[in-house]
Amino acid sequence: MSTTSHQHTRPRRRLGVGTWAPAVVILATAVILWQLYTTRSGIDPRVLPSPSRIITAGWTARSALWANTIPTLQETALGFSLATVVGFGFSIVIDASRILRNAIMPLLIGSQTLPLVAIAPLVIIWFGFGITPKILLIALLSFFPITVAFLEGYRATDPDIERLLATMGAHRWRIFRTARLPTAMPFFFTGLRIAITYSIVVAIFAEYAGATSGLGIYIQQLTNVYRTDLVFAAIIVTTALTIILFAATYALERIMIPWYRRSRSPHQR
Amino acid sequence: MTDVDGSVSAPKLCVAALTHSYDSLSVLEEVSLTLHQGELVALVGPSGCGKSTMFSILTGTTTPSSGHIELDGAPIARHTAAFAYMPQSDALLPWRRVIDNVTLGLEMQGVRRREARARVMPLLATFGLDGFARAYPFQLSGGMRQRAALLRTVVQERSIMLLDEPFGALDALSRIEMQTWLEDLWNRHSWSTILITHDIREAVFLADRIYVLSPRPARVTAEVRVPLPRPRSLQTMSHPDFVGIEAQLRDALASSGAL
Repeated sequence: MSTTSHQHTRPRRRLGVGTWAPAVVILATAVILWQLYTTRSGIDPRVLPSPSRIITAGWTARSALWANTIPTLQETALGFSLATVVGFGFSIVIDASRILRNAIMPLLIGSQTLPLVAIAPLVIIWFGFGITPKILLIALLSFFPITVAFLEGYRATDPDIERLLATMGAHRWRIFRTARLPTAMPFFFTGLRIAITYSIVVAIFAEYAGATSGLGIYIQQLTNVYRTDLVFAAIIVTTALTIILFAATYALERIMIPWYRRSRSPHQR
Repeated sequence: MTDVDGSVSAPKLCVAALTHSYDSLSVLEEVSLTLHQGELVALVGPSGCGKSTMFSILTGTTTPSSGHIELDGAPIARHTAAFAYMPQSDALLPWRRVIDNVTLGLEMQGVRRREARARVMPLLATFGLDGFARAYPFQLSGGMRQRAALLRTVVQERSIMLLDEPFGALDALSRIEMQTWLEDLWNRHSWSTILITHDIREAVFLADRIYVLSPRPARVTAEVRVPLPRPRSLQTMSHPDFVGIEAQLRDALASSGAL
């Protein structure tokens, strides 16, 4: 068992009051202080709007916010799906042969050093202001953690299980499907969680670089007209979106690999 | 070896002068042994002496430096389907339910899922896994995990079973429980089996014949017959003959430098 266990995620704790209360207290304190500061200091609300003003403005502009959230969400979902497919594909190719690993790995690492600020406008010049360049940019910048996660996962396969399958007459691909891939699944979900946070950031930035709709371009337009209250409202929506998608990976994990979290609860062997 | 009816039969498996080394590390040295139909032979030796290498040679995952292996009088090919192997760790797949773990070997043979399950279902009770078909391995006790791994080995219906320290990971009490259970089951089925162990009592209790191996590189230093009647029980363990064979084995291990 020890060789298949997966060290870098901890068993899920029950979400009791003790888990979320400290975060809520800190957040509430910060918001109250912020509110007090903006009302007492008389600072120009265009420089720093108060939390209450942000919420009021956000609520008033809710349909515009929502209309710009949809394209961002779409781009993220599609780009992220592409990243998963590509990430998995690369992991299989790299796992299959040492030569391919040596050939491809440096390119993949290199792809992660491309500065987004420089390539986002280029990709938009090539593919236009539509959804395609965003999907490509998201996939380009978030496939890597997924590839790495799969590769780590394959390597964690219990050698006893592989040997056993070999004695049963299983060949490489069969062993891959029966043992290596399932072993890698918990690692994949860890990679997924890293990739999902990248995806949103890249989506926003890609829109910033040129788009007709989406939270990124929305934020840019509002910044230009000093509607900082709505900028903050859009940031809150972005953050909420990230948290929801992040939580969704846990839900997906529970459905897809039900044996995993439960098998790691502390009172078990 | 003489069969029950007194006739001399050819061995089922014949290993002759098997020698193996990993690079410059010599692991097996001229190991010869035989296994007859329905016999349980134990290999006893110190940890790390090369017993497991022996099994990986038999199952075809390691090619020996020299020596030959004959099955039913014919040399065996690489990756023969003659052996069902149970590794030291139970090697249950954590993501598969018990039923899908025990049918793993059949699945690899290409047996349809429905048929594989039908073959295994009636055996679950015998292996103490009744009602646990849908459980995941982490929900089983250590003994149950070992029994599931054994069931996975048995249902492959290979001509010879290779058990590599099947109870090594269990606590003393579960181990004795498993040994008596196994003795009873094997006694009824007469499965040809090679058992690797470093537990002398386990070897005497279960085996028909025992080969004592030296520390690495492994050589056969003694061959001991266990003429104790079957079925054997806990009382057998305190029988003077049992104690005598146990002492004989301990001496053999000591003189080969293992103790």
